[in-house]
Amino acid sequence: MSTTIEQNKGFGATLWDYLTTVDHKKIAVLYLIGGGFFFILGGLEAMAIRIQLIKPANDFVSAGFYNEILTMHGTTMIFLAAMPLIFALMNAVIPLQIGARDVAFPFLNSLGFWLFLFGGILLNASWFLGGAPDAGWTAYAPLSTTSPGHGVDFYVLGLQISGAGTLIAGINFLVTIINMRAPGMTYMRMPLFTWTTFVVSALILFAFPALTVGLFLLMFDRLFGSGFFDASMGGNSVIWEHLFWIFGHPEVYILILPAFGIFSEVLPTFSKKRLFGYTAMVFATVLIGFLGFMVWAHHMFTVGLGPAANSIFAIATMAIAVPTGIKIFNWLFTMWGGSIRINTAMLWALGFIPSFTIGGMTGVMVAAAPADYQYHDSYFIVAHFHYVIVGGVVFGIFAGLHYWWPKMFGKILDETLGKITFWTFFTGFHLTFFIQHFLGLMGMPRRYWTYGADQGLELGNVISTVGAFLMAIGAIVFLYNVIITTIKGDKVSGDPWDGRTLEWSIPNPTPHYNFTQIPLVRGLDPLWIEKTEGRKGMTPAEPIGDIHMPNPSILPFVMSLGLFIAGFGAIYQIDNPIWLVVLIIGMGITFGAMFIRSVKDDHGHHIHKEDLDKGAGL
Amino acid sequence: MVENTNSTNTNLEYKRAKRKEEMKQQVVTFALMIVFTIIAFTMVTADLDKLFVIPILLVLAIVQVGFQLYYFMHMSHKGHEMPSLMFYGGVSVAFLTILTMLVLVWW
Amino acid sequence: MSQEHTLNPEVMPDEPEKATLEGKNKFLGFWFFLGGETVLFASLFGTYLALRGSTMGDNTPENLFGLELVFIMTMLLLTSSLTSVYAMYHMKNNDFPKMQLWLGITVVLGLAFLGCEIYEFYHYVHEYEFTFSSSAFGSAFYTLVGFHGGHVAFGLLWIITLMVRNAKRGLSLYNAPKFYVASLYWHFIDVVWVFIFTVVYLMGKVG
Repeated sequence: MSTTIEQNKGFGATLWDYLTTVDHKKIAVLYLIGGGFFFILGGLEAMAIRIQLIKPANDFVSAGFYNEILTMHGTTMIFLAAMPLIFALMNAVIPLQIGARDVAFPFLNSLGFWLFLFGGILLNASWFLGGAPDAGWTAYAPLSTTSPGHGVDFYVLGLQISGAGTLIAGINFLVTIINMRAPGMTYMRMPLFTWTTFVVSALILFAFPALTVGLFLLMFDRLFGSGFFDASMGGNSVIWEHLFWIFGHPEVYILILPAFGIFSEVLPTFSKKRLFGYTAMVFATVLIGFLGFMVWAHHMFTVGLGPAANSIFAIATMAIAVPTGIKIFNWLFTMWGGSIRINTAMLWALGFIPSFTIGGMTGVMVAAAPADYQYHDSYFIVAHFHYVIVGGVVFGIFAGLHYWWPKMFGKILDETLGKITFWTFFTGFHLTFFIQHFLGLMGMPRRYWTYGADQGLELGNVISTVGAFLMAIGAIVFLYNVIITTIKGDKVSGDPWDGRTLEWSIPNPTPHYNFTQIPLVRGLDPLWIEKTEGRKGMTPAEPIGDIHMPNPSILPFVMSLGLFIAGFGAIYQIDNPIWLVVLIIGMGITFGAMFIRSVKDDHGHHIHKEDLDKGAGL
Repeated sequence: MVENTNSTNTNLEYKRAKRKEEMKQQVVTFALMIVFTIIAFTMVTADLDKLFVIPILLVLAIVQVGFQLYYFMHMSHKGHEMPSLMFYGGVSVAFLTILTMLVLVWW
Repeated sequence: MSQEHTLNPEVMPDEPEKATLEGKNKFLGFWFFLGGETVLFASLFGTYLALRGSTMGDNTPENLFGLELVFIMTMLLLTSSLTSVYAMYHMKNNDFPKMQLWLGITVVLGLAFLGCEIYEFYHYVHEYEFTFSSSAFGSAFYTLVGFHGGHVAFGLLWIITLMVRNAKRGLSLYNAPKFYVASLYWHFIDVVWVFIFTVVYLMGKVG
């Protein structure tokens, strides 16, 4: 962050700094790099899928390889791209928005990141070790329990490790938001992005344990001879489906709610108006989170749960359209009569509203259980969830990155390139996925590696693939934008957008300790209140004093590395029991690091107030 | 301790007495938990009708867990609003999960 | 120096576990973790309940479980819950030696419980040839009860580490939250066991 100091440091020192950092701003950068890398990887997999489907009976990839690509595309995009990119924004922004110097658990924050990264690497190591998982991102049993090779084993252990990281991150944000708010920052004065992060963290807390158990059971079935999903031993594969979706449906709200939060920050800022219906927005967020737990079986309408169960879940699902609709109208009313500035961040927000609304409408369509028998496992579903996840989450991440880039890196992303990215990606996105609704209605099943020439699916697939290339171009332009801005961009002030919330009251670059003095919050949009009363910055809530900061530590990295090693041991012990040694060594490393953490006192350090003026901790 | 003023000393004494009182309650709670457990085990060995026994077993278990949470884990004390919220959030999801596994797995 | 003083005040505050910001954070974060653990165990209980009839003509809960051992185990764990309450009582009175003593008793009771559980599993495997791979019921039984046993083992290691680490230096505002949170974990283990002995053993015996 602080370029002047880092330029004086060698590469090794910088690397060590990032390996051991517990600073939420640096962890945000790590999440951004990690998530960005996996986003590119998932994007390449998507391109392979679209190239394979460009013409009937294509043989760009083999059928088996296609299964691996589509499985890894879904798994990577959800767990290793979308979630970390959202965590990047949360880490970068949340402590600043609530007026805190750090998160509640800086050490665990770092542990969460390294667990995610090592889990992701373990999962992707499967490409080089005999083949990636090929049972779909949902890994339904018995397809997943009988899938040959070690692909699904990598899926199980990779997700187990990165899932633990996510759970830790969730608890960290919950406690941070509850305990670390600045004086005067009451719950109903929190920015919407903080609110959505809060609700999402609660969803993570309650949803991920179900995945943890599901993955354990799948691991036991594949590697340790149990029979949870094996009908010949009395098992039942529906248990996996329930556990997966009890986690999996809240997961999609875990992804979309932060995006809602981002748009709720971007739209007021660039409309120069406070968010319309703040209270209703908060209420709708909580309601979506609440209902998100009661709808998972709508993924299982065709399993045969019976008309009673299907009806209950169908109605609960449709009910979610109400709070979501409240949000859409509030965003529109926020802009109504505002002094609107159109820039890249705003463009993404504007593009999101119609795109997501289409996804929401098809959502109500597929929520109708009888109709879902037609849509199920067709490209209609593929179109629906890409409309909500790309049109909602990815647009949200782009909006958030453009909006907070000056806060994270001190420079504004190039606007021209940003607009090129938006228009190519936006056009490409609709070209790719809109036609897929019709492909689905015409009977094209999802996950098939090819189709026949006589099925009338050719034109639609060509259009879809052309769109995918446009999206790829958009993504490449964005990457180019990041590089060019980093090299050439000019340093901006701490408040380039004339912002409303606390993070914009901090000078650029953000000091290591965020706030020299913790600010006093006097209402919603605290910085805007001060601005309207003619003050330049926040009123401090405390005199200048010594600042307590946590110490860096390598232990989170070591703990995660231990689990990564243990993962290989668990996977290969079924071939040769000697690998149990690797499992034990890996667990030994992890537990050893935990033991050191437990017995070695870590009181953190103080930055003395005399040193603050001299630029200590910048 | 010797240097403490009288007022802090009385305050300390008062707090100690209060904790002692609370500790007595804890022991009573424990005794009740043991009694509940014995009732539960006896009912099962007594070979009663299972439609009668199972609901009582569940009620005994839930009351016992309530004792653990509110007395042993101090959830009855102030400052436990957020813990209660998140714990009962977990309990609600837990309830739905178990209900699902009971009625929506085999049919 | 100033830190030493703030972490070792002459008079312990009323709630030493929540006297520092770190303590408040730990307290809250750990309760939330227990909320997540509730869902974790519910998923395991749910799986067990769905699969407890899938015995494949092999051992059933009725013929397998012996209530005597389960009763002893229950008494051990319930008592250990009370002893850890005593430990926290002495923590609040700033009586470190007594706290260590009661934690020690908790650990002994926990070890006895774990010993019983290992004996129980050994007994099922050798006397009844009832294993993890016997049937879906076997898988679900060992997973649920084993997860709980794993929690007991982890809790014991945790408490022992805390006791040994702080044996010489006594109680401070730095380690008080650690002891408190470990005791919460121990109570939660007991909460889960109450449902295990009710749902798995007693309801298994009733049929």
